[in-house]
Amino acid sequence: MTNGGSLLPIIALLPFLGALVPGLMIRAGRNACATFTAVPTIAALAMLGVLTPDVMAGEVLKAEIEWLPQLGLSASFFLDGLGLLFAFMILGVGLLITLYARFYLSGDDPMGQFYTYLLLFQGAMLGIVISDNILLLLIFWELTSLSSFLLIGYWKHLPEGRQGARMALAVTGSGGLAMIAGMLILGNIVGSYNLTDILAAGDVIRASDWYLPALILILLGAFTKSAQFPFHFWLPHAMAAPTPVSAYLHSATMVKAGVFLMARMWPALAGTDAWFYIVSITGLITMVLGALIALFKDDLKALLAFSTVSHLGLLTMLLGFGTEKAAIAAVFHIINHLTFKAALFMTAGIVDHETHTRDIKRLGGLAKFMPITALIGTVAALSMAGIPLFNGFLSKELMLEEAAHTAWYQNDWIVPALATLGALLSVAYSLRFIFHVFAGPARDDYPAHPHDPPFGMYAAPALLCVLVVAIGVLPGLAYPMVKVAAQAVTGQELNFYLKIWHGVTPALIMSIIAVVGGALLLGLHRPLARAWNAAPRPEAKAIFDALISALVRLSRGVTDGLHNGAISRYLAIFVVSTVGLVYVAFSGGTLSPPTREMLPVPPVVAVGYVLLIASALLVVLNHHNRFRALVLIGVIGLMISAGFVYLSAPDLALTQISVETVTIMLLLLALHFLPKTTPRESSVGLRLRDGVIAVAAGAGVAALAMVFLLRDFDPISDYHLANSYEGGGGTNVVNVILVDFRGYDTFGEIIVLGIAGLTIFALMEALLSGPAARRLRNTDYSRDRSRDRHPLMMVVATRAMLPIAVMVGVYIFLRGHNQPGGGFVAGLVISIALLMQYMASGFGWTQTRQRLEYHTMIGWGVLIAALTGVGAWLGGAPFLTSIYGYIKLPLIEKFGLGSAFAFDLGVFLTVLGAVMLMLYSLSRIARYAGETVNVEPMDYDPSGKRELKKPEGE
Amino acid sequence: MITYALYFAFGCFGLGLLFNLWRIATGPENADRILALDTMVINIIALLILYGIWQGTTVYYEASMLVAMVGFVSTVAYCRFVLRGDIIE
Repeated sequence: MTNGGSLLPIIALLPFLGALVPGLMIRAGRNACATFTAVPTIAALAMLGVLTPDVMAGEVLKAEIEWLPQLGLSASFFLDGLGLLFAFMILGVGLLITLYARFYLSGDDPMGQFYTYLLLFQGAMLGIVISDNILLLLIFWELTSLSSFLLIGYWKHLPEGRQGARMALAVTGSGGLAMIAGMLILGNIVGSYNLTDILAAGDVIRASDWYLPALILILLGAFTKSAQFPFHFWLPHAMAAPTPVSAYLHSATMVKAGVFLMARMWPALAGTDAWFYIVSITGLITMVLGALIALFKDDLKALLAFSTVSHLGLLTMLLGFGTEKAAIAAVFHIINHLTFKAALFMTAGIVDHETHTRDIKRLGGLAKFMPITALIGTVAALSMAGIPLFNGFLSKELMLEEAAHTAWYQNDWIVPALATLGALLSVAYSLRFIFHVFAGPARDDYPAHPHDPPFGMYAAPALLCVLVVAIGVLPGLAYPMVKVAAQAVTGQELNFYLKIWHGVTPALIMSIIAVVGGALLLGLHRPLARAWNAAPRPEAKAIFDALISALVRLSRGVTDGLHNGAISRYLAIFVVSTVGLVYVAFSGGTLSPPTREMLPVPPVVAVGYVLLIASALLVVLNHHNRFRALVLIGVIGLMISAGFVYLSAPDLALTQISVETVTIMLLLLALHFLPKTTPRESSVGLRLRDGVIAVAAGAGVAALAMVFLLRDFDPISDYHLANSYEGGGGTNVVNVILVDFRGYDTFGEIIVLGIAGLTIFALMEALLSGPAARRLRNTDYSRDRSRDRHPLMMVVATRAMLPIAVMVGVYIFLRGHNQPGGGFVAGLVISIALLMQYMASGFGWTQTRQRLEYHTMIGWGVLIAALTGVGAWLGGAPFLTSIYGYIKLPLIEKFGLGSAFAFDLGVFLTVLGAVMLMLYSLSRIARYAGETVNVEPMDYDPSGKRELKKPEGE
Repeated sequence: MITYALYFAFGCFGLGLLFNLWRIATGPENADRILALDTMVINIIALLILYGIWQGTTVYYEASMLVAMVGFVSTVAYCRFVLRGDIIE
């Protein structure tokens, strides 16, 4: 039966969909918010319950939604015993945490936000354990890092919270990056990204040369996530999170993701010496070190955090052993650790909540005031210590049993001894949790008067404690789950028993040593703690901060070196690297001999070239005088336009001429408010360097053009020439390319042009409301002015020119499809015609006479072009497919009218709007500089009937 | 006959362009430069028309028309800049 598999994607999606709800439901109150958070979790749990019998029967459920099968990308899910165990843990504890957090969070905390983050995390975590595709798994893996970042930093006002969140993200995120590389290598070895394929190909993977790199990279991901030495330091700092987060992420689920991954990859990666030594040594060191530090922590949550580090080390070590019994022990301990550690965290949260402190030194004797909490805490802590009749004892026995006959490099005693030491320390800190918090004489100096919390708050840990005792007394309860999960880890049929009494075994003796030793150690705690605090030891946070700031310095150095704010440096870097690349390409290949002759140069054309070269040199020599440089640029533009005509590109010539004029006007408008000369700032060396770069780039481009022009190659223009009339309905190939063949490009370009126009407008708005406006207002631009503001001659001439220019514009626009012209040139011509009026009669007079907003014109242009493109859909053709026909109007020639025409209209309107908006924006500066605006069209009224009102200051 | 006339005309206007450039380069006043540029525009119009006659086509006519139109505008703009500073008041 595989129908059940189709539920898997729904289960994976539920928490993400559910995450949308709490943020809204918080308006309906805190209870409603919590209830609606629980709904998706309960629904997912119910669906999981439906699937459980199949998985228990040994089936592996699968579901696959193909996305890009060619790349091996698909959203595929599978559920086996291990996935089922983790899914139950994630959802079950998630539900308990939802309940607990409802009572834990205070009224000031944004609860909707909290539950949203929590569900996001739950979804990400659930995704990890049921993904079949390792790429999908990686995405969920990164999502857990991100959502835990949000959760750790939930109390945004606490600096520790923010720093802890950043540290957790940096450590687990970089581990995730390493794991991505490892997973990709793994996928490459196997030839598939499907986890089920990878798990089946263990022998191929282990025999591959790439096994070791893949193993190390994947383990880096797992170790950082599961806080293994030397990456363990982030977990205690993540304790700045609210306690429900610590209980959920940092004991039950997220930190177990690394352990889960090692268990998941066990059939593919385990069974080699490299696995055995790397994983078990890391685990053992982490276990002992974590326990040792935990013993001396005074903060309740820090104690629990380091004990979690220690227990994660234990799990890692067990998985590292690589035997089947160790795998059973690991799976069993995952369950047990979840129950007692989540309960302990919640207990610590209750203590913190009721007494307003987590400092063990200020606590003690709480059993008298909060008996229920004390009972819960004691039961859970005894389980953590590994006392018989609690579930922690059972898995610890299994662990010690495995450790007892594991040898490192033929050394029989080191693993058992260290494991016993770890267990001993674990007993010591667990007992400390009981005796220094709950037992002892009652005190009268608690920061707040302690009492038991409401039922809702202790219900969740109490339930977990019931599980602790139930499994501790009747291990058979957990047996089916452990069996099915352990079989999924090892990939083999397993037969074993879980029982309390194994007889007098080495494990029992080690256990007794641990309990007795732990009790003695607690007795000696005070002097030991003094010695511990006096001893120097490395501070992980300081090292981490130093490392991070060194990295920041390094990247800032690189960035500032490349991007120092001087455009000459950017250009130098860009040009030099381009020239370098071209040189490499040039020297690497062989050049075929030229196949074309040089063209003859008639004397007049030679004059044109002389003019171009001479004025280019003159610009270089004269560029400090900006106006002179502008005149010379005018010469260059003129000569280039003439060159286009001579070289048979009339379309380009038309465009070039109009663009030149508009550019000159824009530059003149801007220059009015700028210094008229460029100061000499560069040193001789710098100028020499820039000169060499410029000449190299220019020579390079010239050489490249020369090489291409002298050789025949196969251009795409033949296709365009052949299909222009047939396919596009026009004989002007350039225009057909613009509006048809490459219509999509043009569409993008007019949008960019529109954006540029609007951006200049917006920048000018910002500029004029900033400090620059003050400077403008205080600068006098009116010196040495001609008194002829709006000369009569000019006004009359431009008025006469307007209809002619508009006529030319319309003519160029209409014939564009078949003869040189088109919307772009027409837009420029009309805007030049309008600009003449602005120049002649001034801004104010003209502005009152134009009724179309330029912004709207841009919008209409883009809209018309888009609608033309969309119109093709109605005919069932792709976007921007053109249709055309010919119509004949009286008086004018027959012209082509097609969808391309409407598209060209869009181009025309956008160009006109953008150009006018740019010039309008620039000329607005003058108004801010205190310039007056005239209301009359010219200085002198030819009718002589009235005296013109002189503007101020004239 | 028309060929020789065209040669002569090409030669004259080409020479004219070089003299314009000389004036633009040396000045001395900005007004001289603007005037030279405007003359250059007129010379270019002439050359474009001559080239059209030479090639026997009308396709270059629009280009020369447009040069005539916008050349005027940019001359006005340069002049306004020199006279008033702000070209759109």
